[in-house]
This record gives sequence, C-alpha cells and structure tokens, in this order.
Amino acid sequence: MADTLGQTPSQTVGPYFAYGLTPEQYGYPLKAIAGGRLADDTSEGERIRIEGQVFDGNGAVVADAMIEIWQADAQGRYAHPADPRGSNSDFRGFGRFGTGTDPKNRFIFDTVKPGAVGDGQAPHINVIVFMRGMLLHTFTRLYFSDETEANASDPVLRTVPDSRRETLIARRQDGPTGTVYRFDIHMQGDAETVFFDA
Amino acid sequence: MTEVTGYGPRDWGSHPPYVDQGYKSTALRGPTKPLIPLKATLSELTGPVYGHDSLGALDADLTKNGAKNGEPLGERIVVAGRVLDERGRPVPNTLIEIWQANAAGRYVHIIDQHAAPLDPNFFGGGRCVTDSEGCYRFYTVKPGAYPWGNHHNAWRPNHIHLSLFGPSYLTRLVTQMYFPGDPLLDLDPIFLGTPAKARDRLVAKFSLDLTEPDFALGYAFDIVLRGATATPVEA
Ligand SMILES: [Fe+3]
Repeated sequence: MADTLGQTPSQTVGPYFAYGLTPEQYGYPLKAIAGGRLADDTSEGERIRIEGQVFDGNGAVVADAMIEIWQADAQGRYAHPADPRGSNSDFRGFGRFGTGTDPKNRFIFDTVKPGAVGDGQAPHINVIVFMRGMLLHTFTRLYFSDETEANASDPVLRTVPDSRRETLIARRQDGPTGTVYRFDIHMQGDAETVFFDA
Repeated sequence: MTEVTGYGPRDWGSHPPYVDQGYKSTALRGPTKPLIPLKATLSELTGPVYGHDSLGALDADLTKNGAKNGEPLGERIVVAGRVLDERGRPVPNTLIEIWQANAAGRYVHIIDQHAAPLDPNFFGGGRCVTDSEGCYRFYTVKPGAYPWGNHHNAWRPNHIHLSLFGPSYLTRLVTQMYFPGDPLLDLDPIFLGTPAKARDRLVAKFSLDLTEPDFALGYAFDIVLRGATATPVEA
C-alpha cells in the first residue's frame, strides 16, 4: 500500500451551524441542500413521520443538536452509485434537521418507510448525531417497532446486547395525522443509545 | 474491476475523544459506553450525493453572497486545497459546506450575542464542490476570534467551519480550519482536544502562490477523508 496520509481530525459543529447547514429551517437566507422533508404526497411508499428528542447526561433536552438521516427508498434502494438498482428518481434519502426550531426541541422528518435492502437486514435508517459538546459525530441506527420478525434476524441488531437493543427501536404511533415513529436519542446514562464504530 | 467493500476505520488516534477534560460541554454530551463495531453494509457504503448541481452562483464567494450594498469588512482571503483519501487519491465532485464568523468575530446566528458588530455585507455561510482532481477553492474574509463560555477569558482562535460528505456515509466529516501563527491555538480546548500528532492537519498554510496580487491572501488547506478498501471482482 502507498504511504498513508493522516485523516483530518473531526471538530465540533459548534452552536452556530444553523445558518450554514440548516439555513431554511432556521429562517436564514441561504438555500438548504436538505431539510426535514424527504418525501411528499407523490412519493412512492408508506408516508411516515420520525420525531424525537436528544437528551444529555442530565436528562435535559438538547436544543442545539443536528440530526442527519440516510435511508433507502420504499423498495430498499439507495440513491447512490454503489447501489446498482438506483432509487426512484424523486427520493434522495437524505435528511437533516436541527433541534432548535421546534417548541419541544424535537427533530422531525417527513419521509417514507424504507424497504428492506435485501441482504438480510431489517428495514432501518442510518442516523448521525452532531452537536456542540461533541468533537466528533456519532453513528446510530433506527429500526421500526412493527418489524419484530425482521429485527430478530437483523445481523447488526444481533451484535447489540439484548439489554440495549431497545434504544435502536422507534415506536410506532398511529394517530389522526398519520404514522409517527418516536425515536429518542440518549447521549449518556442507563438508556444511552447504542452508537456504532462504523 | 474492483468493488468498494469498506472504508478504513476512523483513526481514533487522529480524532478528539468524545469526552474531553478541557472542553467542558463534552462531559454531559459525549457517549460513555463502548461503541459497538459495525461491519459496513450497503447502507454505509452509500451516502448522500451532492455535487455541482447543489451550488448557487455565489455560494463559493462569501465576500459576495451576503453583500447588500458593498464589500464586507476585513481581510479578503482565498482558501484552496484538495480533498484526498488516506492513500492520496482525490475525492472528486464532493460538496464542502462552509460557515464562519465575520472579521469582527461575530456570527449572524441569532444565538450569538457577542458584542461585536454584524457586517451588513457578510453572511458567513457558503459552499463549494471539488473538481475531478479533488481541488476546491472559495473566497471569504478572515474570521475574527470570539469569546466563549468554556472557562474564564476563553477565546476561540480564528477558524472556519467545514462540513464534507465524501463518497459514502462513512466518510462524513465536520471539521474546522485554523490559521498559522495564531497565539490562541495553544489555549483552545477544542483545538487541544485533538491528539497532538494530528493538530497541524487542522492549520492552513499561508501560500504566496495562492495569494492574488492586489486582491486576496491565499491559504492552502488539504482535507483527508477515510479511504475506500477495494476487492477485485471477476469481470
Ligand atoms: Fe465557530
């Protein structure tokens, strides 16, 4: 192998990311590349909302976190060249939301439920957490509470100790406005979310 | 033919820790349980694709994209470099998102209440995309230092925030670029949270070659992302 260059170190996103990374959500005059809306009424698949809060080690809700999600479309295809199947054209699969604009400091994504990728994994969404007070981001995953059978045989979930698996399961709530999956992220404590060395 | 089968691991010896003694907010926000190893699947080998089609006309010129009735105050600079992977291979067509304080050390972010002036002609957010050789370039003004609440008399060194995707979910990077010779670097817990051997990778180099006569000082800053590991595939 050729000489190895050292990786550029990660640094915190800091408290002021909003006008650069989530400008439209926070009302700044710069076009956003992504937001909380990944799908609309014309998107193929089951429309769902994902919402949750981020909690620090004292159980306080974090108001300056930024959550990114990356997911397959309803048929389990990724909009990326490494997936030869390709996604349907209007679904890019990437969302980004800061917790500073909602009165309850939730992150909120309107999307479609991803299909299974087809390699034995249960339907899931990749999640990245950034915030002031973190010098590097964390990787986690969101699975769905109504996929019990698929979850039981998911190769990634199976590497997670039983007692901690629940932290990766979003809870389905069907209400008058549609389907909401609730996914809270705990940075520390007994309920600390599982983060991956990915 | 080869197929990307993974990416080199995050080099834990180059990145700061989740919980750092000096940077106090990490105490309640960094995870404390061990990370669980995850072998990359298609979900990680793919990632958001943003390239030239995501750029607005003035996005790569922060001296112009917030201008209302003139030029922003401050020292005009051009920042340029390459985005590479660990083996020195260029990372082409990848988006770099940029945000920073103005020359007085003030962000337009509504939460920033530092008593330094806003500049009506400077917004401080922008983006650029690497070309086919991994090269990027943007224009801005040199950001000022600003105080923060980490400890008594704490000041952030001059810095520009940068966010990159790279080719996959695993190459995601948010970092900060600092300026050479800044006396605040040796006092900054965020910079010092980085392992000593990797700190100089965060500091741009002044470059007379990049400097544009009668116009802007040039700074060179290369960014290195995790590299793909590939396995030959039978054709
Ligand atoms: Fe900053």
